[in-house]
Formats: sequence, C-alpha cells, structure tokens
Amino acid sequence: MARSSFKKKSGGSVKRITVVTGHYGVGKTNVSVNLAIKLAGSSKKVTVVDLDIVNPYFRTADFDDLFESRNIELIKPMYANSNLDIPAINFDLERIIREDRYIVIDVGGDDAGAIALGRYAEALSEYQSDLEMYYVINCFRYLTRTADEALALMYEIENASRMKHTGIINNSNLGNETTAYDIKASISFAKEIAEKASLPIIFHTYSKNIDMDNGEGFEEMDIFVKPLWEV
Amino acid sequence: MERNLMKGNEALAEAAIRAGCKCFFGYPITPQTELSAYMAKRMEKAGGVFLQAESEIAAINMVLGAAATGVRAMTSSSSPGISLKSEGISYIAGSDLPCVIINVQRGGPGLGGIQPSQADYWQATKALGHGDFHLLVYAPASVQEMINMLTKAFDLADEYRMPAMILADGLLGQMMEPVTFPEIKANVVEKPWATNGHQFKRKHNIVNSLYLQPDGLQKTVQDRFVRYEDIKKKHSEAELYKTEDADIVVVAYGATARVAKSAVNKAREAGIKAGLIRPMTLWPFPEKQIVEGTKAASDVLVVEMSMGQMVDDVKLSLECSKPVHFFGRTGGVIPKPTEIFDEIIKIGGAK
Repeated sequence: MARSSFKKKSGGSVKRITVVTGHYGVGKTNVSVNLAIKLAGSSKKVTVVDLDIVNPYFRTADFDDLFESRNIELIKPMYANSNLDIPAINFDLERIIREDRYIVIDVGGDDAGAIALGRYAEALSEYQSDLEMYYVINCFRYLTRTADEALALMYEIENASRMKHTGIINNSNLGNETTAYDIKASISFAKEIAEKASLPIIFHTYSKNIDMDNGEGFEEMDIFVKPLWEV
Repeated sequence: MERNLMKGNEALAEAAIRAGCKCFFGYPITPQTELSAYMAKRMEKAGGVFLQAESEIAAINMVLGAAATGVRAMTSSSSPGISLKSEGISYIAGSDLPCVIINVQRGGPGLGGIQPSQADYWQATKALGHGDFHLLVYAPASVQEMINMLTKAFDLADEYRMPAMILADGLLGQMMEPVTFPEIKANVVEKPWATNGHQFKRKHNIVNSLYLQPDGLQKTVQDRFVRYEDIKKKHSEAELYKTEDADIVVVAYGATARVAKSAVNKAREAGIKAGLIRPMTLWPFPEKQIVEGTKAASDVLVVEMSMGQMVDDVKLSLECSKPVHFFGRTGGVIPKPTEIFDEIIKIGGAK
C-alpha cells in the first residue's frame, strides 16, 4: 500500500509535527487535509492549524465539517472565512505544539505566507527531531514550472520562515484534467529539485480517480479542494 | 500546447502582458490583489511599467495619461475600488481613449465583504461614471476565458477608442484551473490621435473631455453612439447550452453560470428539459441570443449573485413575452447547484 512509503521515507514512523509550505496554488491545503485524515485514520489525535493569513479563499478552514466528522481539531484564525480581511492570528501556536497531539500546519502560499510561520520558528525548533517541513511542488503551476524556479521559491520560504525543509512532496497536477502520464512526466522535475536541495522526495501524489499502478513512492489523495459546481 | 495551472487573477495579469499591455497602475484590494502582485513581479521583466498608485483614483488617472500616449494600459480593482475609479473612467470615455479595467467583484454596497458577488452589474452596464457613455463589458466564466476575453477587450478598446471592462468575481479571481496561452496576435491599431510627440511633422494632438460649445459636445456624443450601434450589431456574445428543446431556460453569467450548468445537467438527468444561456458580453447585451435560446421555452430563470440586476435586460430582450423568474444569492453567498435545481422544479420543471 502506498501509505507505507510515507512512513518509511520519514524515518520509520510519522513525526508529530508536519509543516506544509509551497507556492500558492500547488495544492498545499489538499495535501494537508489528506495528511490529517490519514493520521486520524491511524487513530492518532490530530490538530490541523490553518496558518494562512494571505488568502481568504480555498483554505483548510473550509473543511470544518469534514474535520469534525473525523474527530480532527481545527485551529484557524478567528476571522477565517468571514468578511474581515485582516492578517491576524489569535491562537497560541506555542501552546498548541506542546500538546500531546499530531499537528499538521498548513502555511500560506509563497514567502509572504511563510512570514507567519517565522513567528513560531524558535518555538518549533525545540521539536526539531519530531518535526517535518515539507515543500509541496507542482510542475504545472505557473512561475514554478522549472526546478530552478521552484528551488528559488523554496529558499525564499526558508528565509521568510527561518526554518529548513526536510522533504519534498510532489503534488504535480492539472486539476481534474490530470492524467497518469502527467504525474509520471513530473517525476524528473521532482527528482531534480530533490537532488539540488539534497532533500528526500516523501512521495508523489495522485488522485483516487486516476488509474495509477501505485508503486513505491506514490501516495493516493482524495480531492477535497474543488469548485462548488463539482461538489 | 503547454498546460498551466493558474489562478484567475494571475491569468488576467499574464494575458494582459501577452496582449501588449505596457502600463499597469493598481492599488491592492481583496479579492484581486494577486493580479497586482503578479504585475509587480512580471511587468518590469516584460518591458513595461508597474506602479502601485497612492489610491484607486490616482491609478485610473494614470491609465488615462498612459492611454493618451497610445500604449495599452490597464488597471484592476474590486467593487469599492471601481466606484472610486468611476470618475476617471468617465473622463477616459469622454476622451475617446482605449483601456482595460478589471473588476473582480465582491459583496456590497459600501465596504461590503470580500467574498464573490455580481452586484456591480448595473454599475458596469448602466452607470459607471457620469455622462452618456458605454463601456464594453466582458463576463468570463473560466480562467481560460479570462485570458481569451482580455485580449479581445484590448483589441476592441483600441478599435473603438473606448474603455473595456472584464467583469469577474472573487470566485473566478481566486480559483485555479488549467489553461493554455494561445499565440496572441494583438491587433495593431494605428493611433494617429496619440499624444506621443509630433516631432514637427504634424499638428499637435489634444486629448480632452471638455467642450466649450454644447453643440460640439452633442456631436461628439452622438458620433460615439453611432459607434456603439456598430458594436451592438457585431460584438455581442453568448453561449447557448441545451436550449434547442428547453422548456425552462436559465440565464446566468460568470461563475454563477458554472453552477447553473451543473443544475441544468442535473435537471436533464431528471428528465426535465432545461437549458442555459450564458451572456459573455454584458454590454452589448446579447439580446438576439436570448430570443434565439428561449424559442422553445415557456419560462426563463435568471440566476445571479445579486438581487437580480440582469433581470430587466432579459425581460427587455424578450419584450416581456415570457415569464422571467429570478433566483439569487447576495452578500458573498454563492448559489449551490441543488438550490438552482430546486428552483427549476418549483417553476414547473417537474411537469
């Protein structure tokens, strides 16, 4: 089963804190929701932190009901999904990460979004050995189509967040147009980034409805983030 | 052709650059800010000018200045910001200058909200600024269409020397879809009126919207309206979907049309003959297409993210010959496919 690759690559067992970053629109939120649901499925106590203070649309805070049904705690900015468009965080991440729970932190897009993460860099550094920070990539996203563009942004995110990535998640997709061919074509892109950054590829994602012979290194994803007319 | 995954706001910006836009003047506002941010990153590399103005009013007047020199110029904003720009847009229309204005609509009135809305339909099609004038209004329903319409907006703005608007909404601006950039062949229109230096080879040009004599102003406005008639004849656009045999025709534009299409498909599955007309230009309004698409229909249902601003245009197109119903959500609430389906049933689609 593909899930085994997730465990193996991240060192035998899943670490307690997972931070998810990337260029906005690569699918960070969908990856975060999937990670959280998988953790909850293996009877872990899970908290999802929506740390996106950049984008008021399409964010983990959209999934209140889903999380509730899976017994996942959602921590979100007080004004998420409201009409108040201010970049404010009113929860105490420093306290939350001390709790005996698995935590998935969905960071806002680009270096702009990662600034909020930088606020907690010091607190998070205490848990370095129990923390993964994944850079999500998508070779079909404009402005990060080449490995060098994606790498440049990765380093900008590291500068803004004052944290270092520990792995790459290849989430290359073209929305509901994605084919198995597209995903296979993205592997060399992911490998080039991983090699240049000296980071492991945690997995390549593919959506459930794609016919993939899911070998080693692939992870099946449900598509949660989608337009209203496809719901 | 290369497929890219792009956000609506980014696609509008990239399409403008590819259509030869050389000057972008903006001011940030949710939910269109990515457009300005993209321009800030890319415009200079593309050999153009990006400038974040001190206000929306400044930005639109910079557009006026740049357009007067004959270059392709653009500004973008969201609803409250467009209201601020309305004076400048009237001056641009009164000066016969081409430009493109993007409105990624949010809820109103006033400061309203930041979620998607279509409540600026009246403003865009009837009253964006004082005086007798129109602007071209395009209503894209997908990220790809945003790209295609932006090129067209620049071309027609140049051809008819008038402002053109892309009337989008927060949902389209924020959502991500695969797109392809076509080989853009921007129409190169000669602009002998441009104030770009006469070099002692011609009389100097004047760009102005002030007329000292009423009959001079009257003639200018009347000439403009002759051009408007030509546009009405040639450039109205709409998509007709399953309308040939439709008993009930839904009329919706923009993101709402995507939701309505799902509802129409659901109705068809349930054995109800439903169809959809999607206006792609809001001015000129696709009157002929509305008549054509409702030939078989007994009822028409307009669906909007507003309190029903397009309803009158549909009624006028049909000369009130058929009942025109309305279903809408407003304030940033997006209608659901099931809600529109229920509305189709209520009107009598179950018969």
